[in-house]
Amino acid sequence: MRAGHAGVLPEDRADVLLHSYDGGGVTIQGPSLLVRKQFAQKFSVSANHYVDKVNSASIDVVTTASPYEEERTQQSVGLDYLHDRWMMNIGFVNSEENDYTADTFSFGISQDIFGDLTTVSLGYSLGNDTVGRRGDANFSEETERQHYRLGVSQILTKNLMLGFSFETITDEGFLNNPYRQVRYLDPTTPQGYSYEREVYPRTRSSDAGALRLRYYLPYRAAVHAEYRQYGDTWAIEADTFEIGYTHPIELGWTFEGRFRSYSQNKADFYADLFPRSGYQNFMARDKELSTFTSQTIRLGASYDIVRGGWKFVERGTVNVILDHMLFDYEDFRDLRVTGVPPGSEPFYSFDANVLQVFVSFWF
Amino acid sequence: MATRSSPFVRAFVLAAAAFFISGCSVEPWVKPYERDHLADPIMSFDRDPVSSSYTGHVYEAREGARGATGGAGGGCGCN
Amino acid sequence: MLRAFSVFALTTLIASLAWAATVSGPAPAFTLQSRDGGPVSLASQKGNVVMVNFWATWCVPCRQEMPHLQALYERYQSLGFELLAVNVEDNPEGARRWLEETPVTFPVLFDPKNEISKLYKVVAMPTTVLIARDGTMRFIHHGYKPGYENDYQTQVRALLRE
Repeated sequence: MRAGHAGVLPEDRADVLLHSYDGGGVTIQGPSLLVRKQFAQKFSVSANHYVDKVNSASIDVVTTASPYEEERTQQSVGLDYLHDRWMMNIGFVNSEENDYTADTFSFGISQDIFGDLTTVSLGYSLGNDTVGRRGDANFSEETERQHYRLGVSQILTKNLMLGFSFETITDEGFLNNPYRQVRYLDPTTPQGYSYEREVYPRTRSSDAGALRLRYYLPYRAAVHAEYRQYGDTWAIEADTFEIGYTHPIELGWTFEGRFRSYSQNKADFYADLFPRSGYQNFMARDKELSTFTSQTIRLGASYDIVRGGWKFVERGTVNVILDHMLFDYEDFRDLRVTGVPPGSEPFYSFDANVLQVFVSFWF
Repeated sequence: MATRSSPFVRAFVLAAAAFFISGCSVEPWVKPYERDHLADPIMSFDRDPVSSSYTGHVYEAREGARGATGGAGGGCGCN
Repeated sequence: MLRAFSVFALTTLIASLAWAATVSGPAPAFTLQSRDGGPVSLASQKGNVVMVNFWATWCVPCRQEMPHLQALYERYQSLGFELLAVNVEDNPEGARRWLEETPVTFPVLFDPKNEISKLYKVVAMPTTVLIARDGTMRFIHHGYKPGYENDYQTQVRALLRE
């Protein structure tokens, strides 16, 4: 669902992206190809092919298992239909890896009202996942996800736009990672703790609300800011704040800088170290559910190629984006540090570099 | 569903309803011929969807929060 | 979520605006600079059927409409049809550069202070007004959707027959 106005079909375009993530002992690379084309002046079709090639020696992996390689492929198709001031879209996403399959169907509708200054959109998605476990042919679990989205974008002045989005997500089924384990105090072992499988609730409901604004500066630049608040039935609360600045200069270059700050507190069944085996009904040691903060700094550059058109290409850009991310955990400990009493290992932190290089063409 | 953002959301939905219902006869205060700044690509909320959906995935796979990012999202075993 | 859906349904019902297709009264007079440098006035076109089209390079439907306007102009100009394309951008340079890449043969006028846009109550981009030989406004189109050019053709022919 995009903020922006519903009265015009999205432009025809093709994008080729190469992405690379490197941090915390994990490297993930791959391409993402996106194509979008209008038909019969009422429809716009889009398709995306995306691959993650994962090489993982992450903190969880090195402390409880051995490094692995994996590949995930995601394909999606979407159709937009424009009728008068209404825009409808349907989409399908399929994600495949050797131990996880996810299929998601989505539907959305948006309309421009009040002289096109306001766009209201609604969306719904339904996902069905099948979770497997490598080396365990008998293991197969299901998950169902439902998303409800509401968005409003509002033009406030000639230079200022506001967007509001709200999304409720409900998950049901097998919601944890089938490999991850929790640790509990165990004086019978040399290191002082042992592992057992995580147990998660079979439902999760979340609400997220975000406000974003974009302001045009008179010398031709744009500033944007965003705030999102999140809460769910696992007691996780999170705040996201982002600001950014986009500055085009002559000769076809556009530069962008962004800063993003994220903080969350832990799920109520999360602990880095449980006092004993089977301590409570639900137990997790996924750092994604712990208390942590994360900051990202982004620098991006874009260069206009094909200005003035070439054959059927109207314009094109070459883009490079570099994100530097820092993660600091407040109740997840670094178990690569041994020889200390369990529960006193230092808290874990890592940083990551994410690089995107992509070429876009508009037809 | 007693999640933290519900009161914030409830208040917004009621305010939006009041605004829309009372404001339906408002003349657009930004005329269509005054919208050139807003139509500039640098003012787009989502200029490069292939990049923003990747960035959204990078965060969602590592953070507990999800949703309200403006994208459609899919699923994966990335936990 | 049911609440959000019902708010949405209610607002869209209330907010559906009807765009009137016919309009009446004398067309407001104006004189604007054209891209050739000289001033062009609406009054000098009396006796011809005139289409006034308000457009901008940043407006996607306006750009889509241009080739259809060019075809209309080529077909009916010799029969007494004039097309005045009024560009509403505050800097005419953008329009001049765009016209170099997408040339049109009808007059392009510049309204950088938007005085004529206000006079003609332009509420959508593009806006196309059809003026009869006697100088009265007859039809108005708000926005452009594919297929509008057929309506333009029907209306221009009807006005030419008067």
